[in-house]
Amino acid sequence: MSLAYITPSERFKKYLPKDYVELIDFGPFGKTQEEAGPGNMGQFKELMEEHPMCSGCWMAYYIRLIFAALPCPEETVTIGTAGCGRLAISQAAVPFIYGNYGDQNAMASGLTRAFRLRFPDKTKDVLTIAGDGGTMDIGFSMTMHSWIRGERFTTIMLDNEVYGNTGGQSSGMSPKGAVLKMAPMGKDFEKMPATDLAKAAGCVYIVRMSPTNIKQAAKVIRRAIFVAREVGPTFIHAYTSCNIEYSIPTEDVFADAIELGKGRFKFDEYMTDEAKIVIERVEGEEKVARKARKAAKVAAAEAVN
Amino acid sequence: MTKIVEVGPAGYMPTSAPAMGVELAPEGSALLYGNTVTPEEAMRDAAIALLTRKNPTIFPGPQVLWDWKEDVAEKSAAILDLASEIPNCKIIPMPDYRPKYPKIDVKAEINPNHPNLTILDNRIEACIFVGVHCHYANLTLRMIRAGTNCYTVALCAYMGHEEAMASIRDLHASDIAKFKEIVIEERNKLGIKWETTLPPENPSLPKEDNSTLSPADYGEYRSLIMTKKGEHITDAE
Repeated sequence: MSLAYITPSERFKKYLPKDYVELIDFGPFGKTQEEAGPGNMGQFKELMEEHPMCSGCWMAYYIRLIFAALPCPEETVTIGTAGCGRLAISQAAVPFIYGNYGDQNAMASGLTRAFRLRFPDKTKDVLTIAGDGGTMDIGFSMTMHSWIRGERFTTIMLDNEVYGNTGGQSSGMSPKGAVLKMAPMGKDFEKMPATDLAKAAGCVYIVRMSPTNIKQAAKVIRRAIFVAREVGPTFIHAYTSCNIEYSIPTEDVFADAIELGKGRFKFDEYMTDEAKIVIERVEGEEKVARKARKAAKVAAAEAVN
Repeated sequence: MTKIVEVGPAGYMPTSAPAMGVELAPEGSALLYGNTVTPEEAMRDAAIALLTRKNPTIFPGPQVLWDWKEDVAEKSAAILDLASEIPNCKIIPMPDYRPKYPKIDVKAEINPNHPNLTILDNRIEACIFVGVHCHYANLTLRMIRAGTNCYTVALCAYMGHEEAMASIRDLHASDIAKFKEIVIEERNKLGIKWETTLPPENPSLPKEDNSTLSPADYGEYRSLIMTKKGEHITDAE
């Protein structure tokens, strides 16, 4: 919850396990996105590496991307709930709180408020990362009420369109007609209009997407966090297929994500005017800082020559 | 003295110390086997256990491993001084509390969710927990009492722990220094010869230079790493 928490006490560094020493020396804490961000994943010590998810899990990839895209990982807290996602989220090197049966948005409401009272001079980011069951079925009332109250944090729904962790029951987010192990006759009802509900409930930045484009997906995550800091609730509805329950061969997972990105997960970004102002300002500042760093780098190289 | 909280294994789901009538020690006191005693008495028994039982180990927690507060440097120095006076003492850290998959490196770290793995693998029969947040220390100490024959010492900056065999409360660096002196005294009484030596470094520490890490270093897992623009990996799974 601050850089001090990942700075080892002087004499204990040599007693820390390798994983932690690498996180301190080569991790993303206190670094820019160019130094340690989605653009160079695999070349720095990431916040989430090993995970117990199934082979070919698109959700695991997206969670990894979320952590790489965090603007300030040392000041971030994630909250999740029952489901596949929390297995990976909980072992990332970012504080994680486990919400019982879909109460992640209620917990996040309290936490963000408490942070603002306890650390008025600091910016703390709170993210709820939960599946479609946790966000739109079991946690529906708490999700909606947090949005209606205008709570300032980011909600990310990992939509795999099924209860993948419990054997393949249909969820509110399963498409109509989906035949699943525990819904052998096909789902009777339409998929819930999550982004429309978010809009009606007052979310100020909403994105529906299939995260196949790393750069775009990372940009969306960062935008949602920046807007949530200042304006109000933000919501990302991301397709993260369950290749086990939907029987997608591992090698076809990416193609499936591309396909759905053209269909019911077609990229759709909504923002209010206030959110737009924040995004333009922050991205403008980032651009200026990037240019300045580049210029300083060139100047340093010239000085050496 | 009746030993209420004894060295285990007490068996799966043992009765908790509070359920056996153990209360936290009042200020200025300590707990020894669930009984309120003076801090010196508890330290002396703990010192004898650390000197006579096999593979004494100190488990420093996040509160002393990370430089988050002014007094950490002083406390961590005192802990290392204490460790260097206990013959063949090891330091196995508990840097945080997140679960570890696919498995924990038992030689390198201890995790509050499955402390028995580290204790049993290293055959630790006496240990000190210091700087572990109280809620996790309670969980861990009870699990250790349930499943191992390890003597547990809790050095706590707050109110102490009922589940430990010896529990010192309101701990400051000066208390650790006092504990060290008692260890030296008891060591001399027992006639154990020992020269002040720091514990060995963490066995997992890297030998290679990771600043040059590239996707190629990931070997067969390379396909799990995102490709760069223009790069095409043909041998993906």
